[in-house]
Amino acid sequence: MNTENLKKTGRKKRVSQTIAFMTFRMMSLLIVLLLIVILAFIVVRGAGAISWDFITKMPADGMTAGGIMPAIIGTLYLVAGSMLFAFPIGVMSGIFINEYLKDGLIKRFITMMTNNLAGIPSIVFGLFGMALFVNKLKFGDSIIAGSLTLGLLALPVVIRTTEEALKAVENSFRDASFALGASKWYTTRKVVLPIAFPNIITGLILSVGRVSGETAPILFTVAAYFLPKLPNSIFDQVMALPYHLYVIATSGTKVEESRSMAYGTALVLIVIVLIVNLSANALRRYFHKKVKMN
Amino acid sequence: MEGLLFLSGTVTSLAVLLIIVFLFKEASGIFSKRPVEQGYVLVVNTANPVNEISAPEIKNVFDQKVTHWDEVGGNKDTIMLFRIDDIEMYFTEEQIGENFEFLPQSIGKLVDSIPNIIAFVPEKYYSAEFGGKILEVKRITPLGFIRGREWFPTAQPAAQFGVLPLILGTLLVSFFAILFALPFGLATAIYLAEISDSRIRSWLKPVIELLAGIPSVVYGFFGLIIIVPLVQKLFNLPVGETALSGSIVLAIMALPTIITISEDAMRTTPREMKEASLALGATKWQTIYRVVIPYSISGISAAVILGIGRAIGETMAVLMVTGNAAIIPHKLTVPVRTIPATIAAELGEAPQGGIHAEALFALGCILFIITMIINLTVEFISKKRKSARI
Repeated sequence: MNTENLKKTGRKKRVSQTIAFMTFRMMSLLIVLLLIVILAFIVVRGAGAISWDFITKMPADGMTAGGIMPAIIGTLYLVAGSMLFAFPIGVMSGIFINEYLKDGLIKRFITMMTNNLAGIPSIVFGLFGMALFVNKLKFGDSIIAGSLTLGLLALPVVIRTTEEALKAVENSFRDASFALGASKWYTTRKVVLPIAFPNIITGLILSVGRVSGETAPILFTVAAYFLPKLPNSIFDQVMALPYHLYVIATSGTKVEESRSMAYGTALVLIVIVLIVNLSANALRRYFHKKVKMN
Repeated sequence: MEGLLFLSGTVTSLAVLLIIVFLFKEASGIFSKRPVEQGYVLVVNTANPVNEISAPEIKNVFDQKVTHWDEVGGNKDTIMLFRIDDIEMYFTEEQIGENFEFLPQSIGKLVDSIPNIIAFVPEKYYSAEFGGKILEVKRITPLGFIRGREWFPTAQPAAQFGVLPLILGTLLVSFFAILFALPFGLATAIYLAEISDSRIRSWLKPVIELLAGIPSVVYGFFGLIIIVPLVQKLFNLPVGETALSGSIVLAIMALPTIITISEDAMRTTPREMKEASLALGATKWQTIYRVVIPYSISGISAAVILGIGRAIGETMAVLMVTGNAAIIPHKLTVPVRTIPATIAAELGEAPQGGIHAEALFALGCILFIITMIINLTVEFISKKRKSARI
């Protein structure tokens, strides 16, 4: 091959690389653009609806006016309830899988089941929650039924992040503790958990984000269409933000009039997700730095 | 304390088991009940050789698509339909009685006198001693459930539980969602893993995480306000709530899954392999498509399969933008209805313990089985990847 030809193929190679890279950059940029469009759409139109009254008042006039306070409170209850259930069990489960189980058939099986649970569609959780908690255990449509259903959905997230957090703890810490005569449980409690703790908390925050936006699991377990009062016990129904958005966006009698309410509700949901994501990121970065400094 | 740890370790397995038990137990009722309107019976002449009839056949008979008894296994007579409201055409008010006390006799007499009749009457107004016999409705078979082409769960006289349009709707919407998402997802994954510098990466990653964090109902709302009218205008359609709108929204929602998992897979490509390729004079781009992509292809396929799984199970967004018409779709620009959307839309109205609710639980079972298969496939792929690397 003469030099002329070599130069030619070289140029061709470079040109195709430039084209390909440009395309990829453009397509990645489009995704960023997409996020901006979605956020801008909701923030710009929702900002007009947001006011102190919107957050603190009951809905009024067939949900075309007033606020969304009961839905916010309802979602808070559901998040708290589901985390109360999922967090301790999830963390313990993660500890058991990572610290106590040896590699083998049982560990593979349990990991597989956790992955399976994570892959089950949220509407199936809704069906299950209705069959078990609402009907079989006779909780009725209630905060406790909804919380348990949502907790079950969040469980794999908590377990996985706990596992990841524990895996990141170097074995030398464990070995040192064992060498000093500490038991496994003592080592886990006093050495491994404190190191892994920030990452576990990140998992908790992320699952809060997930739970607060879920609609399908609460459709038949807790969510009320319109309930302008606050719950008295865990056996009461509540309104919830995502379900409220669904209802006023699609099936209200005055869909057009309640549009601004819908934008406002969507904005509140987005803000929750933003806060959750940002704080999880900030926490991660903060502890990352701290670990490095040590 | 350690016993407690063990207990919580088994909680996911227990949960999966419980879900299976409850889902399938609730669903099993659909195959043991007869899908005829509650409290009603179908009555025919005692001489009629037909003893059993299936729900789709009943629908055809009452829609007058089937007009002769021989089409449902009887003799050559035409079928004469009779509904309870028609009673006044045959009997006077006196004959029926003021409080319908002679109605059973009247109906019996009527059915006895017309050999080709099929009467759809309330159970309390039928009594075998006055003539006629009950035409039993066939139970739904699992195969009939899967292959049935009509989904009319509240139809009279017989509810129609055919899942085929729902399955096809789900697959159509999910398939095109992945088709739309794949080029963008892969491009971004390649960009993140191989091309971008760490500064760009450090803000592109959170953007993708944020996309994953937005609740599905917000995507649904966005789709309803922006994408549905756009699709309607672009294709000049009577309604914008179509399979296409669903696919677009689902594509956006599937992007984070596809990007993160395939990026992770690409990052595992050993540095030596890439460097060897570059040392041979290949450009970076050649290295990407000749070395990195082939090396991580199983991870990429896992990402695609998981993306499909997400799309198939997605409920709220699809419910809000696809129009929910239970028809077998022939193109992308018609309304469709998916399995999860059907459950979400109908379970609230279905009486508890009735055949309709059971049918919806059966849909849940189908969904569960599909996602289980998807999860196991991904598990299998990633296990193979691990062993191949060693």
